[in-house]
Amino acid sequence: MLTKRIIPCLDIKDGRTVKGVNFIDLRDAGDPVELAEIYARSGADELVFLDISATEEKRKTLANLVRRVAEKVNIPFTVGGGISSVEDVDILLKNGADKVSINSSAVKRPELINELAAKFGSQCITVAIDAKQIKGQWMVHLVGGKVPTELNLFEWAKEVQERGAGEILFTSMNNDGTKAGFANEALAVLSSKLNIPIIASGGAGNMQHFTDTFIKGKADAALAASVFHFKEIEIKDLKEELRRNGVEVRL
Amino acid sequence: MKIVIIDYGAGNIQSIKFAIERLGYTAILSRDADEIKSANKVIFPGVGEASSAMRMLKSAGLDKVIPALEQPVLGICLGMQLMCTYCEEGDTEGLGIFHARVVKFSNQLKVPQIGWNRIHDLKSDLFKGISEGEFVYLVHSYYVKECEETIASTEYGVEYTSGIQKDNFYGLQFHPEKSSDAGEKILENFLKV
Repeated sequence: MLTKRIIPCLDIKDGRTVKGVNFIDLRDAGDPVELAEIYARSGADELVFLDISATEEKRKTLANLVRRVAEKVNIPFTVGGGISSVEDVDILLKNGADKVSINSSAVKRPELINELAAKFGSQCITVAIDAKQIKGQWMVHLVGGKVPTELNLFEWAKEVQERGAGEILFTSMNNDGTKAGFANEALAVLSSKLNIPIIASGGAGNMQHFTDTFIKGKADAALAASVFHFKEIEIKDLKEELRRNGVEVRL
Repeated sequence: MKIVIIDYGAGNIQSIKFAIERLGYTAILSRDADEIKSANKVIFPGVGEASSAMRMLKSAGLDKVIPALEQPVLGICLGMQLMCTYCEEGDTEGLGIFHARVVKFSNQLKVPQIGWNRIHDLKSDLFKGISEGEFVYLVHSYYVKECEETIASTEYGVEYTSGIQKDNFYGLQFHPEKSSDAGEKILENFLKV
């Protein structure tokens, strides 16, 4: 049986790991390659690297980091942040990334999803969607949740699937940084409307939140950052707890 | 030992090269027929869409080279699928090395299957030191049906072939280079065949 995945997310700026608290303040949490190796050994199922730097050198720095991670780490990893062209993706995959994650660039030009799926295959294209619930409506936001769009989360997610995305990484801006649990209602709706895997993101604070997002939210994977980076939750303990709660995991 | 990873433009081959290097070997990336023929071990990777991968293989002239190889050959993921008789994806004629068909998972399931699943009924030296039910990492939408050449099975809606062997040809649906320590062990077993 396919197991549920636990995915630590490493926010990267200029080749270093940071974690955005509510996407505004940044705290240093170490060297990305070292952290990645620790996570791989501690039972993480996958890793996500999200590059938030905005320098001229960005593309080259990120490609170098991807290569260093691929050399050392024997579990899959996804790279996201500022990817906007077929060429960007080509460089990252060639350096050893397993998947890429696109977000704003897909909203601005949805055809990019089709182009990437056709060239590299759906299996390596993750579309990240940040959404916020406003007056009962889940609306897609850009730039780390700062810029609202006219897109409805569920309609956009359906379109993303139809255009060839292999999975969706859904971050609830209402939950992100709160440590009060994932947006399980919206996740469960996504899961029932789509037939590609859904990664839950935003709101992890304790182990029960993960159980809830897999059972109530029907998520296929759960992503979190600070609870792992600051050792509030050990992945091994989390997986044992999930198994006790009847959630299939790799242990 | 000369290890060649066939580089025909389909997929993340760097990871396989790095995994081989972590095991203490080196590997060459090549699409040159003579280079491939002279290798002790050949790895045939692939991710992406079947018909376009087959087109790339043909344009490099490798559709004739691969089935004629006599040294151990390991197809990974789409590489393994292309070694079968027929792939439903893109209505693609395969290389016909394995006598199996490749079909799409039921639309009742989440497709692609992405993540860690178990391998069982292990029947080859490739799995020496690997426990029944070991977890491996898989990413795929199409699967190889079970057949006489199946050497490992996985369940996702159906029981399907996650490992296959005929003579010197081996295939793995999962990514040994991404399947943690167990995957590296399987890759090492292949290099020692």
